[in-house]
Amino acid sequence: MTRETVLNAILALLLLALPFAANAAGEPFYVTLATRMAVLALAAAGLNLALGFGGLVSFGHAAFFGIGGYAAGILAAHAFNAEPLLSWPFEIGGSDQMPVIWLVAALACGLVALPIGAISLRTSGVYFIMITLAFAQMIFYFAISWPSYGGQDGLSITLRNGFPGLNTMAPTSFFLVCYGLLMAALLLSWRLRDSRFGAALQAARQNEARVAAVGIDPLKIRLAAFTISAMITGVAGALFADLTRFVSPSMLSWQMSGELIVLIILGGTGRLFGPVAGAILFVMLEFVLGGMTDRWQFFLGLILLGVVLFARGGVVGLIAGRPRHG
Amino acid sequence: MQTALVIEQLLNGIQFGVMLFLMAAGLTLIFGVMGLINLAHGSLYMIGAFACASVAAATGSFWLGLVASLAAAAAAGAIVEVTVIRRLYERDHLDQVLATFALILIFSEGTRWLFGSFPLYLNIPSLLQGAVALPGGVHYPLYRLAIIGVGLAVALGLYLLIGRTRLGMRIRAGESDREMIGALGVDISTLYTVVFALGAALAGLAGAMVGALQSVEVGMGEPVLILAFVVIVIGGIGSIKGAFVGALLVGITDTMGRFLLPGMLAAVIGPAKASGIGAALASMLIYIVMALILAFRPKGLFAAQG
Repeated sequence: MTRETVLNAILALLLLALPFAANAAGEPFYVTLATRMAVLALAAAGLNLALGFGGLVSFGHAAFFGIGGYAAGILAAHAFNAEPLLSWPFEIGGSDQMPVIWLVAALACGLVALPIGAISLRTSGVYFIMITLAFAQMIFYFAISWPSYGGQDGLSITLRNGFPGLNTMAPTSFFLVCYGLLMAALLLSWRLRDSRFGAALQAARQNEARVAAVGIDPLKIRLAAFTISAMITGVAGALFADLTRFVSPSMLSWQMSGELIVLIILGGTGRLFGPVAGAILFVMLEFVLGGMTDRWQFFLGLILLGVVLFARGGVVGLIAGRPRHG
Repeated sequence: MQTALVIEQLLNGIQFGVMLFLMAAGLTLIFGVMGLINLAHGSLYMIGAFACASVAAATGSFWLGLVASLAAAAAAGAIVEVTVIRRLYERDHLDQVLATFALILIFSEGTRWLFGSFPLYLNIPSLLQGAVALPGGVHYPLYRLAIIGVGLAVALGLYLLIGRTRLGMRIRAGESDREMIGALGVDISTLYTVVFALGAALAGLAGAMVGALQSVEVGMGEPVLILAFVVIVIGGIGSIKGAFVGALLVGITDTMGRFLLPGMLAAVIGPAKASGIGAALASMLIYIVMALILAFRPKGLFAAQG
């Protein structure tokens, strides 16, 4: 076992243990904190597929996070009011079941990510960063000015959506749902990274011309990675909406996209458990600094600056050393 | 529809575009010469607005405030360049994005610390109050015309600076080959600081001028920053000419879209639905334009060399 494997196992167990320790200590609030870590880690794990493995710096993943959130909010609102989502040509109702919502969130994000990716991936470098940002802004402004689902004020979810056989209103059960999905996404990322697809994706990051020369179309590989990445982030968005029981355009804002990037870099870009380490650290910082001072963002900024300037490779890089290859 | 109203909206679009140009010019210079994405450019805009508003409130003179905004933004830019940005030139874009994102947090929260959460207000100087009658029966605020004038003057000044002066020659040389001009004895790190401070001053100027039209508050810079990014991406990163054309295109498209789209839609789908959809579409319009332009010209309209 390498040091990174040991660190990954510790991170996974640490996050899993946190809510149980919190319950044992009679501090149930920390369960919500742990759930927040798991959900943000899931969102960042999605982005990590594109950004970490593929080198595609998407500054617009909040779009998918928000679309997932709105999928949860809209379906739940329709189910709660017993209004069909679509009444013609056939009737489609809302849903308050998480698996249905996740599926819809992932599909919606995939459908949006395909055209965005197809256009954005024609560009590279800064242009790619900016065009993904622009698409996210487009969706953000659309959500703000579209009056049907709350517009600027957002949309509340009256009752947290259900999961068959579980009481999701119990914080620990909901945490376990989120944690389970996070582990599934990490497993998927791991399998993808070490597959032929993952090899091609990472090769395209390192040397696009060579990948093209051996007969692989880098655009297709990247589009697939971008789409899968968006779908995972979308599911995380649906969970986040259920966690806060509220969806608003702020989930789509560019600050959210920035935050997702921050999580990945804090944890370690392109490292499998980087998003987990980043999310744990970020939520802790937010909580600890927020408890000490109202000006916590100022100090968060200083810490982030310190990480970029002096601790390249993030938490995982700091503890486990450089990755074995490139 | 009255022509007067259309002309007025068109002028609003040009004023908006010119203001975006002041932001975009600095961004595109900084990217072109140093290869740096500076998300904190919006913070410099905010610093300019706050400096102008607080100096104007203390001295009663808008003009002193304007000078203060230039000085404060340029100084903030130079300090940030020397302490932080300088270490980022050799890094990849991801590190630059994160570091300048951190700078935004520091600047926004720091400004809130100093000035509180309440917005400041800045009055239009008495010299520029009132409206001017233009041909076609249009009465247009003098102050907005003055902004257009300043923006055009800055564009001309930058054109001359880049094209006709020694500093401009060095900037252009820095864009095409930084090692070579370093080898020829130009102090490259001073050049970078100067370019960064120049870009910062332009952003500060834009912030100060806009501060008199809207409230001066924390977070005012970021929406403009994102539009300025749209501008330089449309225009082609590194090109001042592209930034100018892109800024006017974005300014006019956005203003005219908000003005015309709801009306045009109302004729097609009825006024009740049109106001919502029209507003949604209008606010998405510039991003649609940007996506279209990049889909056909992935490097923007006036792609700089390389």
